[in-house]
Amino acid sequence: MTCCAPGTEGALDLARTAPPPTQELWLASRTVGEGQRQSDLSVPAVHCGDCITTIERALKAHPAIVSARVNLSARRVSFVWKETVKGEATDPSELVSLVRAVGYDAHLFTSAEQAGDDLLRQLIRAVAVSGFAAVNIMLLSVSVWSGADTATRDLFHWISALIAAPALLYAGRFFFRSAFAALKNRRTNMDVPIALAVTLSYAMSLYETIHHGEHAWFDASVTLLFFLLIGRTLDHMMRDRARSAITSLARLSPRGAMVLTENGQREYLAVEDIQPGQKLEIAAGDRIPVDGRVLDGVSDIDRSIVNGESAPASIGVGDVLQAGVMNLTGPLVIEATATARDSFLSEIIRLMDAAEGGRARYRRIANRAAQVYSPAVHLLALLSFFGWLLVNGDVQHAMLIAVAVLIITCPCALGLAVPVVQVVAAGRLFKSGVMVKDGSAMERLAEIDAVAFDKTGTLTLGQPRLVNGADVSTELMAIAGALASKSRHPLSRALAEAASSFSTGFEEIEERPGAGLKAALGDHVYRLGSFVFACGKQAPEPSLDGRSEVVLSRDFEPLAIFRFEDSLRPHARASITALEAQGLSVSILSGDRVSVADALGRRLGVSDVAAELSPQGKAEALRSQAEAGLKVLMVGDGINDAPALASAHVSMAPATAADVGRQAADFVFMHDGLNAVPFAIETSRQAGRLIRQNFALAIGYNVIAVPIAILGYATPLVAAIAMSTSSIIVVVNALRLSRPVKSDSGNVGTPVTARQPMQLAS
Amino acid sequence: MNTLIFLIPIALFLGGLGLAAFLWSLKSGQYDDLDGAAWRALDDGDDRPEK
Repeated sequence: MTCCAPGTEGALDLARTAPPPTQELWLASRTVGEGQRQSDLSVPAVHCGDCITTIERALKAHPAIVSARVNLSARRVSFVWKETVKGEATDPSELVSLVRAVGYDAHLFTSAEQAGDDLLRQLIRAVAVSGFAAVNIMLLSVSVWSGADTATRDLFHWISALIAAPALLYAGRFFFRSAFAALKNRRTNMDVPIALAVTLSYAMSLYETIHHGEHAWFDASVTLLFFLLIGRTLDHMMRDRARSAITSLARLSPRGAMVLTENGQREYLAVEDIQPGQKLEIAAGDRIPVDGRVLDGVSDIDRSIVNGESAPASIGVGDVLQAGVMNLTGPLVIEATATARDSFLSEIIRLMDAAEGGRARYRRIANRAAQVYSPAVHLLALLSFFGWLLVNGDVQHAMLIAVAVLIITCPCALGLAVPVVQVVAAGRLFKSGVMVKDGSAMERLAEIDAVAFDKTGTLTLGQPRLVNGADVSTELMAIAGALASKSRHPLSRALAEAASSFSTGFEEIEERPGAGLKAALGDHVYRLGSFVFACGKQAPEPSLDGRSEVVLSRDFEPLAIFRFEDSLRPHARASITALEAQGLSVSILSGDRVSVADALGRRLGVSDVAAELSPQGKAEALRSQAEAGLKVLMVGDGINDAPALASAHVSMAPATAADVGRQAADFVFMHDGLNAVPFAIETSRQAGRLIRQNFALAIGYNVIAVPIAILGYATPLVAAIAMSTSSIIVVVNALRLSRPVKSDSGNVGTPVTARQPMQLAS
Repeated sequence: MNTLIFLIPIALFLGGLGLAAFLWSLKSGQYDDLDGAAWRALDDGDDRPEK
């Protein structure tokens, strides 16, 4: 457990996202009566007890705050505030800046995320009710089995029937509804035999009770429901947890922009309300909200998240910018050329919708099993009914046997076999910082045979690193470092980081957006930037190896050339070797220039490199691999990867990915290390093995139990024992996955770096 | 047989009480933030009585 250093992670995030403006906060809050409103904020950096106290104390110090409470599991803070304090209207953005002031990035989240919680609560309530009913009925059943007879037995049966009826209706509604929906569409799923077994066994038991019969199956039908609901709840909980972790990550796309109105006023508008032709002010460090053209200003822009181009580019008046591009150095005024709905991002979303992904085609293991299992079970019950009818002509006896067969074969263990394994596997991945969207993602990941990587931001961190620092003398490094430390340009930041000391004595350091930095020291003028800027003439030979360069000059005389390349993600090479050792073919799909992509491919030992691909090109490359019969895992982060992520068999994205990419991916990994990829594959494959083992166990149990039921020896006692043992065996087998395993893919929990928006150490 | 007339309702009532307590605690949000609750148990606050 690393404890809190408030301010460190948060402060870095502050530079990246602007606080939500007042109007937006007002809209997002809801009134709780008596002139008070409640707001909820997502605070991804919260991770320990100190964070809770710090934030709550900071908020409660404000006079407008009525109450504040941090939810550590959801990484949210919700606070109630007064609309007016002493006659003055409260500015909610002031409250948000209180949270930011103590070092935590805070942002709004959409309330649509709440919908999932309701279903989970309903499921938990159903588990509680069915558990209560199962225990009480079992209590009465044990008395019956231990010898209660005649009037006592009938009384116990009647009480059981009274407890079971409401419990079945309340807790069983999930299965009845799903089974009914499936039958209506002339399909069958796992819920059909469940619903049928539960209903038939209840009806049969009621009939027996009325006629003073010896055997009633109330305990079986309720226990069955209880076990199955546990499986269903676990499955849902896993999805819920991943979803809330993913949505609490910082949004990369802007929610609004400052619009310059015709009468010279400034107005903050939501992205959706920006019309073509409006002028927008973009500060350095902001992302471009909609497609536009530069009207005024020069700057450098980072397109890495839009098209995978790793090197920042200079832009000036007249250049066209796509939505999502990051403005690095200078303020810009742009004219919107499209609405948000028609911007570059929407084109991507359209491509994503068109891509029929693995998710849509894939049928989950449990459903495939049900397709074979439920007709077989129903046929078996029917056969035993007619079989016994032929043998002794007793309809009631034949019916009893048929119901016993249905109960014994009811997919109790099968219903637990898959969700328990997947929940345990997801928990293990979660601990290592990998979020799984749902169980089907793990099933799909287990069967892949090829991996395609995006380059910028996926194989690399999207941060430049100085490569020839050792060739440059310490004094020159100190001069360059001093200049670079004044700029936010990524190359400058990397340079300042590499310099061990900064020389002093510079008069004012001036930054020319789109060109470089300039400063005077004594009689000399030092320049740091592009060759043209630093030396005042065209470069003799343009650099062709795809690396970015920065030149340091004194009075237009070049002193040193700094070369940069994008730094690899930790464990990148080891991970690729591990993937190849697992027999997977690895390829790179990049939107960057051929030279850069090839250089990276050589460094990592990947020969299958495709570069300069459009978003559509990436999706098509995956489609052609799929047509060749390959099941491909796509790992990517940019907006331009989103269609490919959607069309791949299964997909994975780092936490630093664009929102749209993160939404499209099945897995999201939070740590920097690329070894999350082989680790997720390994865990999914292991989960797949355990699921198959569990199926084998469940089928083995049926092979033994079904003949007993068909021969008419299955009393309620036998059924209860058989059902519980098989369920427990399946669960225990699944828990084997949570044991720490020998890790050949190295330590996934690599140290947290600045780009990571979320700490999972808790 | 006679004792059963008391015992069964008592057993059901006690069980029902447990169920009701669980449903109430679920509804009042006590399971919403298990991680946070673990930390709050260790928090001494400022250790001064509120006025």
